[in-house]
Amino acid sequence: MDIEAKVKQIVMDKLGVEEAQIVPEANFIEDLRADSLDTVELVMAFEDEFGLTIPDEDQDKLRTVGQAIDYLKGKLG
Amino acid sequence: MGNYYAKFSAFGSHAPAKILTNQDLEKMVDTSDEWIRTRTGMVERHIVSPEEAASDLAYQAAINAIEASKVKYKEIDAIIVATISGDHPFPSTACILQKRLGLKGIPAFDVSAGCTGFIYACDIAKQYVENGAAMNILVVGVEVLTKITNWTDRNTCVLFGDAAGAAVMSRAKATDISRIIDTKIDADGSQGEYLIQAAGGSRLPASHETVDANQHTVYMEGNRIFKNAVKSMYASSEELMRRNHVSSADIDWIVPHQANLRIIESLAEKMKVPMSKVIVNIHKYGNTSSATVPLAVDEAVRAKKIRRGDILLLTSFGAGLTWGSILARY
Repeated sequence: MDIEAKVKQIVMDKLGVEEAQIVPEANFIEDLRADSLDTVELVMAFEDEFGLTIPDEDQDKLRTVGQAIDYLKGKLG
Repeated sequence: MGNYYAKFSAFGSHAPAKILTNQDLEKMVDTSDEWIRTRTGMVERHIVSPEEAASDLAYQAAINAIEASKVKYKEIDAIIVATISGDHPFPSTACILQKRLGLKGIPAFDVSAGCTGFIYACDIAKQYVENGAAMNILVVGVEVLTKITNWTDRNTCVLFGDAAGAAVMSRAKATDISRIIDTKIDADGSQGEYLIQAAGGSRLPASHETVDANQHTVYMEGNRIFKNAVKSMYASSEELMRRNHVSSADIDWIVPHQANLRIIESLAEKMKVPMSKVIVNIHKYGNTSSATVPLAVDEAVRAKKIRRGDILLLTSFGAGLTWGSILARY
């Protein structure tokens, strides 16, 4: 599975949203109704799935689905 | 490893009578029952009356633990109290407790390790018992956080409750199945500012300004703490399991620090342990800091969930930052 598909799967599992809602511009908090702890849990799930550490200061760069995919592609690419 | 094994002879606990519900909090700050439940798992918490202090709760919990242990008062060789909200900056709450219990001629001291305090205190007590310096040690985790809570901060004031939990740790007999298998404590002081009571010490002594600025109350950056809590409790638990050749399937009960239900669920998921094996009472007590673990063990023992011979993994995380775990056969 590629990075994009894995990210979408994690977002679906963690936030309980439909696949159709997970578009690149979808903001986790505003569009997908994540609360502040959900965003931390998402970051932890990305770390576990991709075997990397996302520093606290980078968390703010992962506000949308697209930003998360791009960030992870950058780290893993 | 010393010359002897240590074991938990018994636990005891005590929570003050007054209950503060989420509905009560709705009237005090801009929050809601739904917000508190979904983010923390808390429904109600016990809080002290104005005249109650840490040693009052510690005394009741200590009596409950000593009575359950069948150890005689005169057989207790030391008192260790884990607290960050003791009766006074000094003398220690352990010394006040020693006086209340009528014990003399034994050492008594406090340990400051935030919510990990009880785990730290047990790690210390275990060394004394294993090397033969003590037969029985009274270990107490007690907190009255509601007296150092910022009641205008809706992000933190909903989280805390007051309680005490105690254990009598004793030298295990050769025929005992009960013993403390291993302990692991750790710290990372470089992240201390995320969870702090800033004023009242020598850095920022009490002044009108520190009181006005609410600096004598708990300050916490919850999101940073959340991630650290899950990772650290997982790390120390995994380390204990690895070096003792224990798998998560071997563990009968995980008793984690009760700070947030979602931290507990994340930890269980990471450890691949079903929630049916995790002791949870956060809905009744909120976060009682160093008291959560012994309080939860005591309740589960008295409810006959935890039985003699069960493998327990106790784990906690708190200010410092500190964290640690205990692997024990009850």
